[in-house]
Amino acid sequence: MPTSENASAADTSANVFTVRKFNLWYGDHHALHNINMDIKEHSITALIGPSGCGKSTFIRNLNRMNDLIPGVKLEGSIKYNNEELVNSDIDVSKLRKEVGMVFQKPNPFPMSVYDNIAYGPRTHGVRNHAKLDALVSGSLKAAAIYEEVKDRMNSSALGLSGGQQQRLCIARALAVQPHVLLMDEPTSALDPISTGKIEELAMQLKEKYTIVIVTHNMQQALRISDYTAFFLLGDLIEFGPTEKIFSNPEDKRTEDYITGRFG
Amino acid sequence: MFQAEKKFINTEKIAYWVFLVLGVMNVGFVLMICVYLLLAGSPAIVKIGPLDFLFGTQWASTAAQPKFGILPFILTSVYGTIGAIIIGLPLGFFSAVYLAKMCPKKVRMVVEPVVDLLAGIPSVVYGFIGMLVLVPAIREIFGLPDGSGLLAAIIVLAIMILPSIIKVSVTAIEAVPEEYTLGSLALGANKVETIFRVVVPAARSGISAAVVLGVGRAIGEAMAVMMVAGNAANMPYSIFESVRFLTTAVASEMSYSSGLQREALFSIALVLFAFIMIINAILNMLLKKGIKR
Repeated sequence: MPTSENASAADTSANVFTVRKFNLWYGDHHALHNINMDIKEHSITALIGPSGCGKSTFIRNLNRMNDLIPGVKLEGSIKYNNEELVNSDIDVSKLRKEVGMVFQKPNPFPMSVYDNIAYGPRTHGVRNHAKLDALVSGSLKAAAIYEEVKDRMNSSALGLSGGQQQRLCIARALAVQPHVLLMDEPTSALDPISTGKIEELAMQLKEKYTIVIVTHNMQQALRISDYTAFFLLGDLIEFGPTEKIFSNPEDKRTEDYITGRFG
Repeated sequence: MFQAEKKFINTEKIAYWVFLVLGVMNVGFVLMICVYLLLAGSPAIVKIGPLDFLFGTQWASTAAQPKFGILPFILTSVYGTIGAIIIGLPLGFFSAVYLAKMCPKKVRMVVEPVVDLLAGIPSVVYGFIGMLVLVPAIREIFGLPDGSGLLAAIIVLAIMILPSIIKVSVTAIEAVPEEYTLGSLALGANKVETIFRVVVPAARSGISAAVVLGVGRAIGEAMAVMMVAGNAANMPYSIFESVRFLTTAVASEMSYSSGLQREALFSIALVLFAFIMIINAILNMLLKKGIKR
């Protein structure tokens, strides 16, 4: 994996995640092979590749959501700051508070807009009303949806449009004050205008957060990401600055994929 | 080719009429029961007087000066049902949460058929076991001359409504989309918080339907209750009182009744029917609301 070392050498800012020789099996199926990757602070890292290449599987290890799937076996190391995530006995609730996640399909809870956002902080013990109010409006503003929902805080979040729901889910993730935001194809269920809003939002959010985004859409990766990782059949084929991956890929397979020859 | 199409239309038409007739028959039965109960049940209410009938506290149908007050039966049915829900709902609800969300697959494979079996046991068997086990136990524990009464009936009813509460609640909980669970876990909530703060609230209309179903079953049960409730027409002033339910009041006198007494029994059936209709209406409302949401 020479490119990953190139990437880390080129940039001196701190690593949020350090992935080394990471392997994953679903039962007998070896789904991820020997992944090495450094994810930099305050950047957007895009994971691209055809369906079934392992990019969604990979991202779910960064907040230990794979714990929920029976029969998963892991090897190697993923360090979040200095904490080992692979097969370690960490407090996953704390980890997930710091490493938030937004899913492919917008999944607001069947509650009011306010309660959706307040859910996370309440879970982590915030009871003070003034503090909750501030967190809710702050998160909604940060997710660029405050203006659209400020008059309907008490109505059901399920009444919002798909794009609004997804921004609400981003606001909900931000409300627990994470450091990292994982986005698993956050725009694949949305129309182009909503997609544009989410992309714009992601670029604003990287000032304060570190973002890892799985996307099917190469244009999206090119538009918003600083680093791109190309996965194919469970291998990390190439990883580096987005510009380089898209203009001058080192691997023939990366070039074939980004020029649309397969996938 | 055209021939085949014609034949297809014919079978479709036949099926249409068969289903229509069957459907109409169903509605017809319900209507017939309604009409018959109204016709058979109202004369006695008029003769006795609606207030004396519904709010009279004495039932002495075979006395020289007969009294036909069914308030004891109504209150017994209401208390009995509420009591059964108070015991059965938490038991059933937590069992459902456990079965749907927490228990290992192997445990579930054993417990679910057992719950189904519980639903299939004839009510006379519940009554029999109540008589042999529960009634003596209550007598011993509370030092009473007789253990049969409201408490025994409540406990038997609570066990009898468990299967419907469990099954409907499990279905409701499992219908909650997995995305809600994932969303909550991803925010750092643990499994128990996720279940009680996201999944259960999302399933609440289904769970309320389970409760109403339990109420319907409890209020309509006759046989098991008759065997453990004591069957004296007392006002249910205490949980140890020997009591009659609306159902058991009809069942215990029907075989030897005549004249106004018999008519009054039909009226009791009419009151019971009204209760059950109301409960069903509530159930339908809840289910519809659940679907809409």
